[in-house]
Amino acid sequence: MAYLTDRKRAHGLGASHSGTRQHWRMSMSSVALALLIPLFVFTFGAVLGGTYEEVVIYYQRPIPAAIAVLTFLVGFWHFRAGAQIMIEDYAQGLTRKALIIGVTCLSYALAAIGVLALIRLAL
Amino acid sequence: MADVNRGNRPLSPHITIYRPQLTSITSILTRITGNAMIVAAALIVWWFAAAAAGPESFATADGFLRSWFGDLVLFFSVLGLWYHTLAGIRHLIWDEVKMLEIDKAELLGQIILIVSVLLTIFTVVVL
Repeated sequence: MAYLTDRKRAHGLGASHSGTRQHWRMSMSSVALALLIPLFVFTFGAVLGGTYEEVVIYYQRPIPAAIAVLTFLVGFWHFRAGAQIMIEDYAQGLTRKALIIGVTCLSYALAAIGVLALIRLAL
Repeated sequence: MADVNRGNRPLSPHITIYRPQLTSITSILTRITGNAMIVAAALIVWWFAAAAAGPESFATADGFLRSWFGDLVLFFSVLGLWYHTLAGIRHLIWDEVKMLEIDKAELLGQIILIVSVLLTIFTVVVL
């Protein structure tokens, strides 16, 4: 160990021994959301304010439903990853673990409810 | 020879005595907007779940989302959403090692602040 140079010791280790993968997946979801968010805002926004029947008929159409499903899946994945980074910046120890588990459960639960609701509307 | 010095390292400036700059404020706003949108996201998922459940539950969720309080949440979430989207695109630009000079980074900050307000006005007018 004493013969290792600083460079050799640091080689291959990021701050957390990983991280480029997280960054790349965050970048990918950002690109997807840069397209999905405007589509979702102007499809959901168009039907918000309509009657129950109008909303059901609108979201039985494949394009608005697909936009909403993809926005939920990518959006909540992106939220989970971003919120985890915030938690890791400000919380330590058990609080950090509990908050990360909580935010992960919340994100996937909301994504699941949203997607299942859209499937039920489509059927 | 390769022992890590863990004691006498320089500290980054403490946030409370650090002069606020456009780059730091726009960075913090990105985090605040991104995390605050969970409120609107949860309300919108509730709205979809209620629509799938039937007319009565839809009336409850739809009434809440279109009340003055729901309108307030949605208005600020649209502003936060456009801001966060533009800030994300700014990060993608920075990832390509472009616009990183201080004057250009501050210009990007001014652009995302102004354009997010304009997009919010556009969204409110159109929808």
